[in-house]
Amino acid sequence: MKQILSGNEAIARGAYEAGVRLACAYPGTPSTEILESVAGYPEIYSEWTPNEKVAMEVGLGSSLAGARTLVCMKHVGVNVAADPLFTASYTGVEGGLVLVSADDPDLHSSQNEQDNRNYARFVKIPLIEPADSQEAKDLLKLAFEISERFDTPVLFRSTTRISHSKGLVQLHERPELEPLRKPEKKTSKYTMLPAFARQKHPKVEERIRELSAYGSGVDANRIEEGDARIGIISSGISYQYAREAFPEASFLKLALSYPLPVELVRKFRSQVEKLYVVEELDPFLEQELVWMGVQVDGGKDLLSLCGELDPGTIARALTEAGVPDADPTFLESGTAPGAADLPMRPPTLCPGCSHRGIFTTLRRLGVYVCGDIGCYTLGALPPLEAMHSCVCMGAGVGMAHGMSKVTGDTGRIRDKAVSVIGDSTFFHSGVTGLMNIVWNKGSAVTIILDNRTTAMTGGQNNPGTGRTLDEQEAPEVDIPALAEALGIKHVRELDPYDLDAVESVLKEELSNPDPSVIIAKGPCVLEYKIEEEPYMVDLSICDGCGRCLRVGCVALGLKQEGDKKWVEIDESLCTGCSVCAQMCRPEAIVAPGKMEEVKS
Amino acid sequence: MTTDAGNRTTNILLSGVGGQGVILASYLLTQIAIKEGYDVKQSEVHGMSQRGGSVISHLRFGPQVHSPLISPGEADMLISLEALEALRYLPQLKAEGTLVYNKISINPSTVAAGLATYPGDVQERIQEAHSRSFGIDARALAEEAGNVRSENVVLLGAASPSLPFTSDAWYEVIREVVPPHTVDVNIKAFDLGRARTANKTQEEAK
Repeated sequence: MKQILSGNEAIARGAYEAGVRLACAYPGTPSTEILESVAGYPEIYSEWTPNEKVAMEVGLGSSLAGARTLVCMKHVGVNVAADPLFTASYTGVEGGLVLVSADDPDLHSSQNEQDNRNYARFVKIPLIEPADSQEAKDLLKLAFEISERFDTPVLFRSTTRISHSKGLVQLHERPELEPLRKPEKKTSKYTMLPAFARQKHPKVEERIRELSAYGSGVDANRIEEGDARIGIISSGISYQYAREAFPEASFLKLALSYPLPVELVRKFRSQVEKLYVVEELDPFLEQELVWMGVQVDGGKDLLSLCGELDPGTIARALTEAGVPDADPTFLESGTAPGAADLPMRPPTLCPGCSHRGIFTTLRRLGVYVCGDIGCYTLGALPPLEAMHSCVCMGAGVGMAHGMSKVTGDTGRIRDKAVSVIGDSTFFHSGVTGLMNIVWNKGSAVTIILDNRTTAMTGGQNNPGTGRTLDEQEAPEVDIPALAEALGIKHVRELDPYDLDAVESVLKEELSNPDPSVIIAKGPCVLEYKIEEEPYMVDLSICDGCGRCLRVGCVALGLKQEGDKKWVEIDESLCTGCSVCAQMCRPEAIVAPGKMEEVKS
Repeated sequence: MTTDAGNRTTNILLSGVGGQGVILASYLLTQIAIKEGYDVKQSEVHGMSQRGGSVISHLRFGPQVHSPLISPGEADMLISLEALEALRYLPQLKAEGTLVYNKISINPSTVAAGLATYPGDVQERIQEAHSRSFGIDARALAEEAGNVRSENVVLLGAASPSLPFTSDAWYEVIREVVPPHTVDVNIKAFDLGRARTANKTQEEAK
């Protein structure tokens, strides 16, 4: 039976068919839907964890108990999980352990475009790269076999165009699983004291050599014979692009791409006149080939180190370098210039978003805002422009403290540094930063935007929502109590829709020399589908001054006819949150129900 | 496009604004192409761009499809749910490709904030840049069908005469995919869209 599945859905199906017993993850685009799909298979225990390091550790424990285990995250999540990952390479596994890293070339929804294939080399574990949904499912099963056979975690690397592309997939069934036996205690294998770890390192190096030999014989790595003048080595989505750009060429299509299958590579090299490497981002395969002493005739000298590839780009770049036989349609079409003068349509905070009031006020106060990762990062864009840094999950809390330590306290509000962090991001890695502020007697103000969900990735539960991945009730972590327990004396809660309250609380806390935590609690309008009656504009009062437009809401629009200017509210978009009305000095924006009085 | 669709890959690009239904329209197209026995690949982007931003979906079908992405300038058809998003992605279309777009305009956040203006001549620029274009007031037709949110299906109807699938095949897919209580509305939306372009030149379609 064939089904159309996204790469992420196919990975989940692969976990089901591979007999995975436990899967865990922290949500992050483009990886999120893997675990959401896994949650649809009751045979697999699945959970969101507060961050990727915890996910990796939960996964390792499950593996040690003998269960096949899937751990998923976006590329930058692997940075967080790197600590357990590096040493899991030494410990090896009991049940197969596969880490899915969903990379994001072109930064569709990320803060960088790091190429996580490099982790395979750095951690010294095998790397598998699927090239479509069918492979995402089938190769995941192979990944578990490799993990158990070679006693190693496996890095399974997807990219946005694999994870979020759909293709037809042939499905299979899940095997019957035996109950797990009581875990055997293998202290020297799993306790990485220096003496034990020292013995492991040579085994890790030997494992890489064995995997290279294995990779030359495995079906997933294959030579596709074609025109012997042109040989192309590629993997993952780049293979699909290159196949289309050069339909007649010979290909070495790699799925187990690290360690390179030395023997197979040498065989392919001997069959082709010229060898090209087609890969997105870093010259990962190319460097391996060069270190092997293999003559490469073109790679990153022809293709960009940045962004995504596509068939047309590959066809033109290689043709320019003298490679024959590109599909001519790509050479004819070229890239037509876009209309440069069109207004951009950047993503924006939703109408009714609970973050809007905070950013509108922060901008007015003129403070330096160390931001964080989430929907609220959009507070950096015009017209709000009330966020001035965003680096990684949890970074803002530490950064605001660092800033305040060196700038000193002038006593003026606008010289203060504050951090703004969402609830899910705070649980992920803001807590330790806050502990540091208390311990080292800092003064920074930490604003936690508690919208009761992990909004940017589509509304996943987190430790504060009182629900688990499968929507079961769970204990709810109490943010104010947590802040107090860390030693924060000034813990304030406020309604982010009340601009006066937001301003007065912010001013008070920015003026006091102790560290404080402000919790702005307003549920995500998208996730909780909050919709009140829309507001209206009294056109007899509105003079089009545009003060309301500073809140950056797409439900508002400035209209102009001749000299007359006025603001209109799109009723189909307005959720009745009232923030724009509070900004309007002449009170032209009228609450629902009030308009009737105005009209009469 | 219909004459040799069986032997080559057909590339359809869909564009619009986050929340408008680009993803559902892509899904319907994907399902009908599968039913007709094609290999299909479809690609979209989730996450940040969905928050009211410009959204794009790539759909390709044919005997065997490798890349899920359509290379710039390689689209046989562009279906746009909003006029500015039609003009923005017009360079992605082949010279002989077909554009089907919704004439309504939705303000980008930059325009809502008074930082940019929505160009007043979007329709003219589209017509000037591309001769095979069908501009439809999909919102009005969706309202006529009974639900303003069926704009996406109106546009699929308007695109359908240029695609190698019968109306019956479309009805079947609509019945399978949309929620049961919206089937009638969506089929009406499809028919209203289709009637706008079937056997018509772009001039008559207006």
